[in-house]
Amino acid sequence: MIDLNTLFYAAATLFAISIIVCIFRIFLGPTAADRSVGFDTINTLVVATMIILGAAMWETLFIDIAIVYAILSFITTLFIAKYLEGGVAE
Amino acid sequence: MTFTWPIILIIILLIISVVFNILGTIGLHRFPDVYTRLHAATKCTTFGTIFVTFTVIAYSVRLYILTEEAKFINMAIHTLIALIALLATNPTGAHALARAAHKMGVKPKKAVRDDLKDADQHKKKTVKKMVIKKDKAQGEVN
Amino acid sequence: MKRGKAFVSTFLFALFSYLLLTIAAGQSMAQEAPWSHIIWSFEELIIGISVSLIVAALADHILCRTENFRMLNPVRWLIMLIYTIPLFIEMVKANFDVAYRVITGKIEPGIVKIDPDLETDLGITILANSITLTPGTLTVDVDDERSEMYIHWIKVGEDPTENIAGRFVRWIRRFAE
Repeated sequence: MIDLNTLFYAAATLFAISIIVCIFRIFLGPTAADRSVGFDTINTLVVATMIILGAAMWETLFIDIAIVYAILSFITTLFIAKYLEGGVAE
Repeated sequence: MTFTWPIILIIILLIISVVFNILGTIGLHRFPDVYTRLHAATKCTTFGTIFVTFTVIAYSVRLYILTEEAKFINMAIHTLIALIALLATNPTGAHALARAAHKMGVKPKKAVRDDLKDADQHKKKTVKKMVIKKDKAQGEVN
Repeated sequence: MKRGKAFVSTFLFALFSYLLLTIAAGQSMAQEAPWSHIIWSFEELIIGISVSLIVAALADHILCRTENFRMLNPVRWLIMLIYTIPLFIEMVKANFDVAYRVITGKIEPGIVKIDPDLETDLGITILANSITLTPGTLTVDVDDERSEMYIHWIKVGEDPTENIAGRFVRWIRRFAE
């Protein structure tokens, strides 16, 4: 018999598969900007996975880590964008 | 598991979130250039993650009503804070990436109109003129 | 006077965040009260107030640089909360639109210029974020001096300023200007 926790784990698995699909974009992306977009998407998906796993395991700590991860990944994205702006023109 | 209405609500929210996150990932591969990819990546995954937080809030409120343990209220509030952090940071990151891509010189594919490129060219021309004028003025001084 | 206002607003913001993060995390003094497991204990309140005071004393000139304290007015925060409802409705529309375009692949993109005519940094930031979250539009660049924005539009249409930003600008003007 399934219950809600099983569904949460299933959703987390689907998010993990999405993350793997995004990694292909990081490998394929023709320009550096495409790779950064893939990276940004992965960050959002990781936050979603952490929140859903925290609910499934009844651990509030995971959600705290998700908040910090969201803010730190935002700062990382800003720095990558800043680097690309001053980077090499084609 | 009996399907009472809170459980059905939680399952519907969860299905919406999973569908939109997967659509965002598909869009990342289906669209032709950086800007359209950012459309798919930002909007769909942000929306999906908002629904993940709604799912978790509904789930923890239901658990609080069932068990009356205070840690589920704590979980709901923390999930709400994660939602606010995502809403504030995600579009800003997308904006920074789009701006960086444009400054790098990535051109929008299949574009029918590009006002920013025209504006940049206009700016560059005026800067060049000013530089030339400056050089002339310095030459006259020398 | 300005320093005092900055100090008080930083202190209140830090205390609010602390209280929000530690709600329902401890036991209150009055064990028999019905909400005793939700509200904060006495020790927690003392620690929260002292930490917020230290943060406000050390970092108010970094965290609160504004010249203009109109956002201390609670009515503006209330309007900002109400603004999330039309924003959410627009987001739902946006996502079905983008989902449709992901599935069918029909796009006609371009970068257009709009002139929202907002003055404050907060208003421009919120407008840029709202535009990014709503149908087929993505902020690419903001011209600070002339308050012009360059928007990547997935399906270019007529009259960009009114079609993209009109409905948000009317809302944002109520609380951010």
